[in-house]
Amino acid sequence: MRVLTFGWEFPPHISGGLGTACYGLTKALSKLGVEIIFVVPKLFGDEDVQIGKLISASEVPVRILRQVKTEYLENYSLENLSEPINLEFEKENYFEFDRFFEKVRKISINSPLIPYANPQTFDEYLRLLGIDKEQIQIKDKEFLVYQSEGQTNFAKITHDDVRSFYEQVKFDFSGGYGQNLFQEVVNYALVAREIAKNEQFDVIHAHDWLTYLAGVEAKRISGKPLVVHVHATEFDRSGENINYTVYQIERYGMQNADIVITVSNWTRNIVINRYGIDPDRVFTVYNAVDHLPDYKKHFKKTVPEKIVTFLGRITFQKGPEYFIEAAKLVYDRCQDVRFVMAGSGDMYWRMIRLAASRRITDRFHFTGFLRGIDVIRLLDISDVYVMPSVSEPFGISPLEAMRFNVPVIISKQSGVAEVLKHALKVDFWDTHAIADYIYGLVKYKGMAQIFRKYAKQELEQLKWENSAKKVLWLYQKALADFKK
Amino acid sequence: MRAIIFYFQVHQPFRLKQYRFFEIGYDHYYYDDFANRSVMQKVAQKCYLPMNDLLLELIEKYPGKFKVSFSISGVAIDQFKLYAPEVLDSFKKLAQTGQVEFLDETYAHSLASLKSPREFERQVRMHNQLMRELFNYNPKVFRNTELIYSDDIAKMVYKLGYKAILTEGAKHVLGWRSPNFVYYSGVEPKLKLLLKNYQLSDDIAFRFSNRFWDQWPLTAEKYVAWLNAIDKKHEVINLFMDYETFGEHQWAETGIFDFMRALPEYVFKYTDFQFMTPSEAINTFQPVAPINVPNPISWADEARDLTAWLGNEMQNEAFDKIYSLEDKVYQIDDQQIWKDWLYLQTSDHFYYMCTKFFADGDVHMYFNPYKNPYDAFVNYMNVVSDFELRLKQKYTELGDLIANSPEQIKALIDKYQQEIKKLQQKLKELTQKTAGKSTSTRSKSTKTTRSKNAKTTRSRNTKAKGK
Repeated sequence: MRVLTFGWEFPPHISGGLGTACYGLTKALSKLGVEIIFVVPKLFGDEDVQIGKLISASEVPVRILRQVKTEYLENYSLENLSEPINLEFEKENYFEFDRFFEKVRKISINSPLIPYANPQTFDEYLRLLGIDKEQIQIKDKEFLVYQSEGQTNFAKITHDDVRSFYEQVKFDFSGGYGQNLFQEVVNYALVAREIAKNEQFDVIHAHDWLTYLAGVEAKRISGKPLVVHVHATEFDRSGENINYTVYQIERYGMQNADIVITVSNWTRNIVINRYGIDPDRVFTVYNAVDHLPDYKKHFKKTVPEKIVTFLGRITFQKGPEYFIEAAKLVYDRCQDVRFVMAGSGDMYWRMIRLAASRRITDRFHFTGFLRGIDVIRLLDISDVYVMPSVSEPFGISPLEAMRFNVPVIISKQSGVAEVLKHALKVDFWDTHAIADYIYGLVKYKGMAQIFRKYAKQELEQLKWENSAKKVLWLYQKALADFKK
Repeated sequence: MRAIIFYFQVHQPFRLKQYRFFEIGYDHYYYDDFANRSVMQKVAQKCYLPMNDLLLELIEKYPGKFKVSFSISGVAIDQFKLYAPEVLDSFKKLAQTGQVEFLDETYAHSLASLKSPREFERQVRMHNQLMRELFNYNPKVFRNTELIYSDDIAKMVYKLGYKAILTEGAKHVLGWRSPNFVYYSGVEPKLKLLLKNYQLSDDIAFRFSNRFWDQWPLTAEKYVAWLNAIDKKHEVINLFMDYETFGEHQWAETGIFDFMRALPEYVFKYTDFQFMTPSEAINTFQPVAPINVPNPISWADEARDLTAWLGNEMQNEAFDKIYSLEDKVYQIDDQQIWKDWLYLQTSDHFYYMCTKFFADGDVHMYFNPYKNPYDAFVNYMNVVSDFELRLKQKYTELGDLIANSPEQIKALIDKYQQEIKKLQQKLKELTQKTAGKSTSTRSKSTKTTRSKNAKTTRSRNTKAKGK
């Protein structure tokens, strides 16, 4: 069996649980004898190549028809200090206000790559950059006037000719979640066509909505069955205020798939109810965790207090504000606890303000995004791990915490709550319950000990091997159904 | 007779290094030596040294006639000592001319005046001590951090023996009145007030190089014309500004130095103004009216209020937190703790947390080591957390000692004295033994440190007994 897999992240270059889950599952599949071709937008050179053939979409040449209308946007700063900026835009005429605004963003913000930014945060960004949204004006359809760094800047649009030509290109993927995300998703699908033409395989497996278009295109070219893997839905990420384009791509991918794999029954229900997918084609395969046998404490805690940790993207989905409110309740009751919120995201600044206004920041710390060894270090010194997610398709991070013998408090609105018997489960909004559990785990040794003991047993059962076996069975089912 | 008072503020904070959560309880050094050194040396080259030279030149050219005044924060002086001692020397030279007045302020350029009278008084005395040591000068005029002033502050400052205080000529306080007179405090009538003429001050400090200003370029000739246009009854023109205006905020290329070089000559030639120090001015002119300021004012931003330092949730939290530690600090006798306590109070830390970036954003970004106010807050709170842990530890040690009865303490002292004797004996033996052998130097040094530790413990015990 040979599988063409599309992913968006690959360890060690990951921003969340998606990359880890793809890697864990794929590795286990390759151990079961499945041959893997794994496509990612970009390779950095330090990936684990043992799992199979890795393809970087940035390296695949694609022939496309191009119509280019070149517009030069020159930046006339009053001081004339900055270099002129040339930007190329394709196909459309960019005269509406919103489009202009896009350009301003491109000029001013070097690296605004926050996945899932909301309008509020974006405004805050502009403020920090000293750009007043209200003051952006268009003059005579030719000039764009905006304030930046206390200066008034003029940007002038000039027009060039329109050209059409075929071109052999390689797309330059960022592999992140930036503002060109939709363009990258489409480009990725174009690349997928080329790959589907050139490679031999039996099944296509696409992980999460970013790769669904690629999966569908590969299916169309090759005529092989498609499995889409739902690690999260737009409803998890954004609540009810969904991005409709993302939703459409998700539904398109699921409708065109032969098998839909969800990471929990929580997600399976969303897929069936919100996306209208036939329940007979939707199957749950739980995520797992690489087991580290008998992890020994390695890092020394430098503070005398107990440490209660939140580790994850600081976004709506993860419920960071409930952690802060619970922390406030515990903070008022006992002195010897410190809280850590590790991660970044579009709610990061708002959460700092919230914690400050609750007056707890002398024992509530923000670390920003943590990498590699620092994650291990933090989990190692933690005494309680809290995941108050509002909607969590699975939630691999509590399992990682358990690996380091840290008792976990998880929200009932998560997939991982379905597989863990011995974890403290709360409703994400019930900050008093979270506070009670934190207090109990910190104050009563016995409680923490019990959870540590059972955590080990539970982790033993959550193996990628088991998940991989089920996925393999689904591949076979997809092939059998497809031939009918 | 009319007077111009030049007052320059010299200050550089000890900027904090990036201090992460993992360092709490482990790393007790908080300062970004590299940034502090490079900023200090850069500003010294561009501003302090050339401008001091220029002032010296002018003072020598107009003996007894050209006068200026300074206040230099204690933390700036600490950094001069560390990174640019030549600047300190050149200030001393200025002091020796007798045509320069030095003012007192809080040592740490802190906001203590708003929170803790005790700490405020201590820092003012520290600064006074420093001025006397360095410049052999005992200031009688006060200027508070960022010209922050209120009736409460007036009371404290008067109590400390100062004759006058500098502050902003804020419109909402003055109303129809002009800043160009000497006033006195409504609550302490003997304390005189000198109010900044922000129009004429900011023409130099902020607008000088602005090419979109309709008065650009500003020349000494033009400036003197403005001075002449002032009502003849007005007595003092208070030109207060950051010293970094010269060469740093306004680069040398803008002609700011040439402007200053030319100004005195034009003033003497074409106006009836003379230059005075603040002390001379308050002795020369009669105060005209009382001023009441129930809510603090400052010289910052459009609103002339405190919101650049205190206002948003983060600033309030950080500010209240650091001062909540005051009582503990005061009970601990530890040099490093006291030093950190000072440096952490510097107003700039709160300034970096400011979120009102619109109208006044420019100045706020000046030498700001942080990308955004949130990073500034998180970093500062991490440092304060470590500082608090150190305090707690010292405090428990102290508490243990206080908890013991005198007999117990005596027993402890005896015990440690015996221990010391034993160790000294051992040390002697070892030194004799190792006198010939060079290989065992290592064990010797460990022993020495140990006996030193024992000594310090003993001295602490004695102190506790005294209480």
